Amino acid sequence: MSAGTWALTGPRLVAAVGVLAYNGAHNPHAEHLALGADWAVYLVGAGLILAGALGVILLRNPVHCALFLVITLFGVALEFVDESADFLAAVQIIVYAGAIVILFLFVIMFLGVDRKDRIAEEPLPAQRPLAFALGLAVLILVLVLAGFGTWSTGAHSLSGALRSVHGPADDVGRLGQTIYTRFLLPFEMTSALLVISIVAAVVLARSRHRVAGEMSEAEQAALRDADRARSPQRADGGPGTPTSGAPGGGRQDAEVEG
Amino acid sequence: MRVPADWYLILALILFVLGGTGLLVRRNVLVMFMCVELMLNAVDLTFVTFARTLNDLGGQAAVFFVLVVAAAEVVVGLGIIVAIFRRRADATADDVHILKG
Repeated sequence: MSAGTWALTGPRLVAAVGVLAYNGAHNPHAEHLALGADWAVYLVGAGLILAGALGVILLRNPVHCALFLVITLFGVALEFVDESADFLAAVQIIVYAGAIVILFLFVIMFLGVDRKDRIAEEPLPAQRPLAFALGLAVLILVLVLAGFGTWSTGAHSLSGALRSVHGPADDVGRLGQTIYTRFLLPFEMTSALLVISIVAAVVLARSRHRVAGEMSEAEQAALRDADRARSPQRADGGPGTPTSGAPGGGRQDAEVEG
Repeated sequence: MRVPADWYLILALILFVLGGTGLLVRRNVLVMFMCVELMLNAVDLTFVTFARTLNDLGGQAAVFFVLVVAAAEVVVGLGIIVAIFRRRADATADDVHILKG
């Protein structure tokens, strides 16, 4: 048993304390927790998820919303552990709580959004009751639909069995095998997607106006010519190199401020 | 015994509805983004639940890809939000009508 495995089973153990003893720690094939411990983990996770989600919706400070989002994501990770998706639980915490929420907080702090969020003002008066009504309608609809039929359709084990007959799945190994064989093309496409999104983020985050040093010689010359054509009196100073960067810089500042 | 799949699916449904309601109610673009994350997590939960019920790894693989797409989406979305905020100091979703020509 590695340290990572223990880190993953840790929440289970914590949740099982006070309910029933964890009886499978000595047996590597023991997947099921003691009677009731599953329910305990489920209920703790569900409580975290719902509290976090309500916090995200109701709190008016975006920083608080982001922190409650962490609570929800942790609850979801707890449910993943409960459903023996250990790898996804770890990735959930590392990627979501560790990276995405930090990105949110970074942008909130960077932009200073936390100063004001006018939740009391409502330009569309019908929006809020309509939203609650729609949400409630969807909830009731799916619950009614759930009352009729079975939850699932389709053939079982299309892409490999989750559990072997002998014992629990070696989750990480099996998942990796599936992703690198059956889902190889989507996997490669996600790498392309990540590269595209990184490029897009750089392009979006960059200032629209480039400094003179980033331009090619031809672009700088074109900019100089344009400036000279617009303001001929400035060209009288001479076409020497010391003054060549100045008109462009002045123009940039003016556009940024406007 | 393990918790029946229905409980997870109902939990995921409630989370999805909460996220959707928040998406409609809130007007701060960042909080709307967080609500989208809530909805994505609800769908992740159903995927994992069905993977367990159907004994099929495809569900967990789908969650893996949802994670990647969510990360890419947040990067680009936050980039757009930063670009909007650079133009206007106070951007709520209603203010995006200034995009009109």
